[in-house]
Amino acid sequence: MGTRGPGVTLDAFTDRYAQRTHGMTASEIRALFAVASRPEVVSLAGGMPNLSALPLDAVGKLMGELVQTRGTQALQYGSGQGDPQLRELICEVMALEGIVASPEDVVVTVGSQQALDLVTRVFCDPGDVVLAEAPSYVGALGTFSAYQADVVHVAMDEHGLVPEALREAIAAVQASGRRAKFLYTVPNFHNPAGVSMVESRRDEVLEICCSAGLLVLEDNPYGLLGFDAPPTRAIRSRSSGPGQQNDDVLYLGSFSKTFAPGLRVGWVLAPHAVREKLVLAAEAAVLCPPQLNQMVVAEYLATQDWQGQVSAFRGMYRERRDAMLDALRQQMPTGTTWTHPTGGFYVWVTLPGDLDSKVLLPRAVTARVAFVPGTAFFADGSGRSHLRLSYCYPTPERIREGVRRLSVVLEEEVELRQTFGSTGISKPSRPQAESPSPDLA
Amino acid sequence: MSADASAPDPAPDPVRVPQRYLVLAGGLSHERDVSLRSGRRVLDALRAEGVDVDLRDADASLLDVLADSEYAAVFVALHGGAGEDGALREVLDVAGVPYVGSPPAACRIAWDKPTAKALALRARLSTPASVVLPHAAFRELGAGAVLDRLVGHLGLPLMVKPARGGSALGCTRVDKPDELPGAMVSCFSYGEAAMVERFVSGTEVAVTVVDTGDGPRALPAVEVLPLSGVYDYTARYTAGHTEFFTPARLSDEEAAAVAETAVTVHRILGLRDLSRVDLVVDGDGVVQLLEVNTAPGMTETSLLPMAVQAAGLSFGGLLRQLLEQAAARPSRSSSGS
Repeated sequence: MGTRGPGVTLDAFTDRYAQRTHGMTASEIRALFAVASRPEVVSLAGGMPNLSALPLDAVGKLMGELVQTRGTQALQYGSGQGDPQLRELICEVMALEGIVASPEDVVVTVGSQQALDLVTRVFCDPGDVVLAEAPSYVGALGTFSAYQADVVHVAMDEHGLVPEALREAIAAVQASGRRAKFLYTVPNFHNPAGVSMVESRRDEVLEICCSAGLLVLEDNPYGLLGFDAPPTRAIRSRSSGPGQQNDDVLYLGSFSKTFAPGLRVGWVLAPHAVREKLVLAAEAAVLCPPQLNQMVVAEYLATQDWQGQVSAFRGMYRERRDAMLDALRQQMPTGTTWTHPTGGFYVWVTLPGDLDSKVLLPRAVTARVAFVPGTAFFADGSGRSHLRLSYCYPTPERIREGVRRLSVVLEEEVELRQTFGSTGISKPSRPQAESPSPDLA
Repeated sequence: MSADASAPDPAPDPVRVPQRYLVLAGGLSHERDVSLRSGRRVLDALRAEGVDVDLRDADASLLDVLADSEYAAVFVALHGGAGEDGALREVLDVAGVPYVGSPPAACRIAWDKPTAKALALRARLSTPASVVLPHAAFRELGAGAVLDRLVGHLGLPLMVKPARGGSALGCTRVDKPDELPGAMVSCFSYGEAAMVERFVSGTEVAVTVVDTGDGPRALPAVEVLPLSGVYDYTARYTAGHTEFFTPARLSDEEAAAVAETAVTVHRILGLRDLSRVDLVVDGDGVVQLLEVNTAPGMTETSLLPMAVQAAGLSFGGLLRQLLEQAAARPSRSSSGS
């Protein structure tokens, strides 16, 4: 065998990347989502809010006037902590869920995703443990992975995080000689599980965490999107003493679901000491959140009937939720189960037998329907027997058609499994960023 | 020098209208993402050559666009499905739009791996032994018994592949019998028929064949050495995950043999303009055909652009030449053939 020169890997930096990039590879699953953007495909994958109901004329007018009248401020750098007027308004938004907060303790971020990043940066060293629900939000898992934190999942049921499972997880982490830094939870209309933590568990979960010296990271993008009842009081609003709300909870909020995700405006509410560090970390990352976008949000909150708009969103999403649950009830093969969300965007489906959602996806794409495999929502790649369906974006008719197509796919897969028996498909795939792209997260 | 006043006026040069071309990328196949990347790279390379070229998806508006715009020729960068099974090219023929690449019938043959392998065998080429079965055969005859016989017949290790498909999607290497059912299920997620093929270890190479008017010729073979041991989707499309040797680390005889095999495959399948033939040179130096690509990948980690560079050619220049060649070719519908 002759030598014809050295080989090339097409990446001159292979030996220089940080450890944390090791899962950043091309993924077959991610690639399949490219097809979901075509109109022929009913995408039940994306968590994109449906913005068609927004008063776009009013928003456009408001934006134009902002630039014309306050352009030199709107287009300038702003405060690293965020626009003061917006922080005041954010406190009014949080008050709807029982939170009493000072604008001084609010840090505006580039979407709540940046808040997640900042909190993890401030609290987690490589190897630290983060507790998170099983399943958990794919974007949070990506952030924890980027900081090389180890995620320990905690079981959920139809009432949310299971307190006893939390106690056991904390004990197991302690027994292993490691320390969990915080519990990450999405208590309302969970992404992807579609369930909410019941009132009675909120105090218990908080008490367990406080006793263990564990912070709670409460991520609440969907709290105002409940269909049947007023918002449940946030964990952050729980009392830690007379007249005092709990400082062991860091609260993340977002305007992505109640207004517009394209503006990338979210926030974190944190006690003074933490807030100082978050601001310094935020300034190091982005100097300041986009000033124009913050002013647009502030102006929208101040001048538009934004709560009426959220109410309209609730009505729209309720209709779509109903369409999806009806279709699932009518179409799904025996043995399939799913959650019944009372708000938010998602239904979490458990597949019958040993069906594997990751293996199903190519067949589904062929049938012109898309979903997110359950594996995206577990740090260890488990979750193959689940999938997430979103009802937020497609019309009710499209939702029904999508579920019909999915049911055919499931029937075919059931038949295939019957042919080949239990295949034990559990070959661990290499760790890689299988999370869907931003429009699907 | 002044013109001779008595000479008749020379015929005016025909005004050369700059030609406009179209790159098609995207589509609805599982390889849409790869195709979009290929399309953008082809677009960039052509524009760097000064070519007037557009990029668009193959969707329901395509035929109207082709009717309204006078594209001189189309470059099909659609991978999988309609892009490679001949369907789109059939439509382009019907629409009278010239395109770079193989005609529909040849695409249909190349797209179907078992058919391409059968034709290669008939031409006395070597290809790993394989069996092709639809899901129904396993259902009717009992999967356990059939799989046992497959292992007995072909031995281990095996490669399980969709009979039609690319980018290694749905492909699994099977080393132990109990891995076979899972591999079959994964494979059937991508297609109706599965090809179970004896795994041949050796030097894996891809040979690009181009024909710019002088007959098909092979460019230097590109050897692939995936660092994980398997040239799967991740190894194919993540820079740094596969080592490439161009030209391949082959003896002169082996290099000549892979080139000859690739050109032979190109000819016997009736391919046109360009193709990529994937081969493995086994431990005995025998060249074995794995598969043929009529719409080879053009991404940053794809093999065809590497071969073009190794041949000392300009990627954009070659693409331009192929488009001009296609534009000069009478289209099937306009020629009435």
